[in-house]
Amino acid sequence: MKTLKELEEIRQRTLEEVNLRKDRKGTRVVVGMATCGISAGARPVLLAFVEEVKKRNLQHVTVTQTGCIGVCRLEPIVEVYMPGQEKVTYVNMTPEKVQRVVAEHLVNGQIVKEFTIGAVEKKD
Amino acid sequence: MELYRSHVLVCGGTGCHSSGSADIIGRFNSELKEHGIEKEVKVVQTGCFGLCEVGPVVIVYPEGAFYSRIKVDDVPEIVAEHLVKGRIVKHLLYHDSIDEDEDIKSLDEVPFYQKQKRVALRNCGVINPENIDEYIAFDGYKALAKVLTEMTPEEVIETLKASGLRGRGGAGFPTGLKWEFTYKANGDKKYVACNADEGDPGAFMDRSILEGDPHSVIEAMTIAGYTVGADQGYIYVRAEYPIAVKRLTIAIAQAREYGLLGKNILGTDFSFDLELRLGAGAFVCGEETALMASVEGYRGEPRPRPPFPATKGLFGKPTLLNNVETYANIPQIILNGPEWLQSIGTEKSKGTKVFALGGKINNTGLVEVPMGTTLREIIYDVGGGIPGGKKFKAAQTGGPSGGCIPAEHLDTPIDYDSLTAIGSMMGSGGLVVMDEDNCMVDIARFFLEFTVDESCGKCPPCRIGTKRMLELLNKIAEGKGEEGDIEKLIELGEGIKMASLCGLGQSAPNPVLSTIRYFRDEYEEHIRDKKCRAGVCQALLQYFILEDKCRSCGLCAKACPANAISGQRKQPYVINQETCVKCGACMEKCPFDAIVKR
Repeated sequence: MKTLKELEEIRQRTLEEVNLRKDRKGTRVVVGMATCGISAGARPVLLAFVEEVKKRNLQHVTVTQTGCIGVCRLEPIVEVYMPGQEKVTYVNMTPEKVQRVVAEHLVNGQIVKEFTIGAVEKKD
Repeated sequence: MELYRSHVLVCGGTGCHSSGSADIIGRFNSELKEHGIEKEVKVVQTGCFGLCEVGPVVIVYPEGAFYSRIKVDDVPEIVAEHLVKGRIVKHLLYHDSIDEDEDIKSLDEVPFYQKQKRVALRNCGVINPENIDEYIAFDGYKALAKVLTEMTPEEVIETLKASGLRGRGGAGFPTGLKWEFTYKANGDKKYVACNADEGDPGAFMDRSILEGDPHSVIEAMTIAGYTVGADQGYIYVRAEYPIAVKRLTIAIAQAREYGLLGKNILGTDFSFDLELRLGAGAFVCGEETALMASVEGYRGEPRPRPPFPATKGLFGKPTLLNNVETYANIPQIILNGPEWLQSIGTEKSKGTKVFALGGKINNTGLVEVPMGTTLREIIYDVGGGIPGGKKFKAAQTGGPSGGCIPAEHLDTPIDYDSLTAIGSMMGSGGLVVMDEDNCMVDIARFFLEFTVDESCGKCPPCRIGTKRMLELLNKIAEGKGEEGDIEKLIELGEGIKMASLCGLGQSAPNPVLSTIRYFRDEYEEHIRDKKCRAGVCQALLQYFILEDKCRSCGLCAKACPANAISGQRKQPYVINQETCVKCGACMEKCPFDAIVKR
């Protein structure tokens, strides 16, 4: 016998699971998952993003994968597309770096410059 | 909590199911396990997506990749390339879902979906119909909660009346009014019923709602029970829909488990329960009084009205009987308010309508469009036009109760009253498209054969009248038509419409009368010239051997069972039309395509 409150709880809980089925326009986090990416460890990065987004209950953020982005030596690569802004390319990503990207970029809109391809390439 | 990063939705409606979607799901599960990603990717069986022409359909989220015509052997590639590596398998995508830059369009940019507005079908193809939690996630049972805790029966009725919702079963009676009549009726016991018989040939709107979103009907019926004062409901579903029966049974059990059906729903003092009753193949049991007779255990036969079911229905008690699609609209109206429905559709026909597109059309399947969309838009923009570049001839709406709409009326907005004005009717939603290769006399005959077969026999106008009409049509199609036959058909038809006891008889002459109205010249050709311009009526066709193509090989003569072909070497063979039985064996045998039928 469910009460109204229990019904709401089921609604919230399940919505988080099925939400990615609705076509939404929002932020897209694209993780390179070609052979180069996977062998460099992109899968844990992908899963870390999924977990972090779910943990923080971020609305309108989809985490998807793509093939080879091109700069294979800098894999794992993650591209972040926020509506109305230019794409940001993060390179040499690790599951540990994911937390910062989610907190600073996705939540607060501050690009983590040191992880971007621009910053990394300049170092050489 | 499960942490799936991707959902693979596979259509489990009857159409895709019969094309093997269950095996596709099985293969996905085994392939995912092999690649070790079964905990990351969730495979979900959903209801009908609508684009049945390209089934089996598989949609992968979050990308929204629309895979079409999938076979079991395509699954390993989708798993290995798309789900493991993120490389969408372009050659398996539905061609209209990719744009010029080869990016995936969102579903509402795909031409098939662009003009659609899925209200009754909102959850079909999105949720797993066998999982009540998913229904709840997308605002399921929220309307019921609102009604039970915040609204009085009078307020529900006012909402429905203000929304302008009309019955979707075919007649288009104002739903709010029907609920009000049942609410006001006197009775120590009242019932709520759902007409899920869907007998029209070619109609599968209700089937898809029952298979893809059964809870929407359950929720609406519970709201109805609260409003009119009933504690028991029946869903009369035809036995020819086994998947719908199964999903309904599961859904009712799940609703009971959650206390959304049964005693003291959601902690209030309102109790309501539902039972299924299966039909047994009689079209007439889609008629409301015949349906109720069937539920009571009697032979499905209609009775005169008044009294209407609202005052005296099931077991002699006030009964509210609505169609599946009507019910599917109710929760949304409660949640969004009557103004929301008023904002969609035309002045007298609010909301959307689900159509089952069939016949000579590219995108066969299920579509839902706002009322007021024109026939041209449905056929060409949503339906993708006529295959083979053939010319549109007519569209039949309303199944065997409806009429044909010719090309001159293609710009008619779809709306209860405008369709009746041109001699057809909305009906339950079947829309069969015909092209230049269809014979209108044959079409009329086809529908009349159906209604003659399904007539219950109780009243003479229908029992005898339709049979006489069919005999006349058969006569005409066989080349034995006479002057005056058309007038006889019209006279008979109009009489049957006026005098029949129920809707079956009252609408059976419609296909005949409307084809005569718009295609009278075809009838006259059949009668006077003994010609069938579409090349359909066998008896009016003749097989000819083309002299310039015949090589006198004699194969046709050997194949002819009636010895109707004669000839000799170096001379074209000839078919004796008197003896020819029109079996077509000669045409099949001819290696030079020298025999034609015209």
